[in-house]
Amino acid sequence: MNPGKSRISLRKPSASGIALNLTIVVMLGVTVLGFFVIDTKGLKVGQATAKLFSDLVKMFAHPAAKHLSLLESLWGIVITLALAFLTTLIGAVLAIVFGPLAAKNLSRAAVSNALKVIVAFIRAVPTIIWVLIFAIGAGLGSVAAVVGMTFHSFGYLLKAYSESFEEVGGDVVEALRASGANWVQIVVQAVIPSSMGSLVSWTFIRFEINFANAVAMGAAAGAGGIGYDLFMASGFYFNLGEVGFITYLILFVAILLEIGATRLKARQHVQR
Amino acid sequence: MIASAEVRRAFRSRNLITLGSLALVLALTAGSSIATEFDWPRSVGSFPKAIGWLADNFVPNGRALRNAPNIALKLAETVLVSVMASVIAGTLAFFMAILGSKTTRPHPLVSIAVRLVASLCRNIPVVAWAMIFLLSFGQNILTGLLSLFISTFGFLTRAFMEMVDETAESSVEALRASGAPWLATVTQSVVPSVMPQVASWLLYMVETNIRDATLVGILTGTGIGFLFDLYYKSLNYSSAAFVVLCIIAVVILIEATSNALRRVIL
Repeated sequence: MNPGKSRISLRKPSASGIALNLTIVVMLGVTVLGFFVIDTKGLKVGQATAKLFSDLVKMFAHPAAKHLSLLESLWGIVITLALAFLTTLIGAVLAIVFGPLAAKNLSRAAVSNALKVIVAFIRAVPTIIWVLIFAIGAGLGSVAAVVGMTFHSFGYLLKAYSESFEEVGGDVVEALRASGANWVQIVVQAVIPSSMGSLVSWTFIRFEINFANAVAMGAAAGAGGIGYDLFMASGFYFNLGEVGFITYLILFVAILLEIGATRLKARQHVQR
Repeated sequence: MIASAEVRRAFRSRNLITLGSLALVLALTAGSSIATEFDWPRSVGSFPKAIGWLADNFVPNGRALRNAPNIALKLAETVLVSVMASVIAGTLAFFMAILGSKTTRPHPLVSIAVRLVASLCRNIPVVAWAMIFLLSFGQNILTGLLSLFISTFGFLTRAFMEMVDETAESSVEALRASGAPWLATVTQSVVPSVMPQVASWLLYMVETNIRDATLVGILTGTGIGFLFDLYYKSLNYSSAAFVVLCIIAVVILIEATSNALRRVIL
């Protein structure tokens, strides 16, 4: 072959290309490795899968609640929504107080970074563990569930709110400061009102997430509501129709919340 | 200051709206507190005890350290399951997103079907999936893997569809106008342009799934969630706190790594 006709390399290896390929290769490698090393305790996967499909048919083709009435299950939904509401509300109040301190245009770098470290710590602990830590003092129930769920809500909303505040821009803040407004006036009279739209959207999006969390805490941490009903139907009564019925109810509410969140998101152009 | 009647009226109606929303929030708060039997003073009172617990147990003692090998093993298992669920779900979600996205869908009906399946998968909470799979797969690691897989799949399909619509629309249009076939358009234009974001999403899902895996583990008796629950229920608090410490270390390590990777990739 003559050297003049050799192929020209079209792709120049770049740092980002290498990092990307490495990330993908490592994750794929871990996944393949996983199939060989995970301990399935000799579960007969074929049999379990066949049972799963027959279960799914029984659950979703014949949903029926045996141990609770329609009214009781709707009350379960109300309780779960109420848990999500309280969590979102407390998280939002805390985030609106600390949000200006975390926003770069309103705060000092040291304060803003300190808050970011605290939030990183809060986020590293799974919600269920926060709930169980608070259950040591308060007992299993709504207090531990709401307080524990509030941690991640606060972390999430603090980030969302402070970024919304940052969008107001340093020049606006500067101009207000020059005209003699003090910090509290700038935050309360200018920054919060002008980012109200995105604050409301983010709060509702968090409410949607908290509904799913509240279902989880009902099932795993005795917080009551529809999550607890689901846990009883599946883990205690082994009643397939009831699991199907409760899942349909949860799904219905979740889809309604998602539609609401999507609409607000589209209106405010907020990004996840 | 002289304000015209119109301005005053505008302010009055704004104040009325603010007052109205405040009243609504207060009413909902009162209703929710009663429905859930939420005790406000007790919730504030639970802080000293929880912080005291953390302070007492966060420095691991000999008993906790003896459990270190076991904790490391379960934690590795949990990370493994999180990566597996994210990668398998991500791969499948990617194909589904190509079929479902407005830019690349072969037929509108296919797109509708994809959106419906994805919506079902993500709107049924991961706990509900776990309770569903528990009946057939039992207290097994595969129950957790399946639940995480399904909800990750639902979430990523939507995320990837939005991503394809945003990043690939113009290039797909150009290629299509020049007569390129569908498959070539997808493999040569869509795949390379979205790959960095796909990797970024996968890293994010691994983080999220470690937290969800802990929760699902408590219900299915597997992984690090099971171990925490075991120590917690047997009142072996020093070991339980040590588990929490290890989870924090691993999650922060993974988060730092993925942030560093993301800065290079994106």
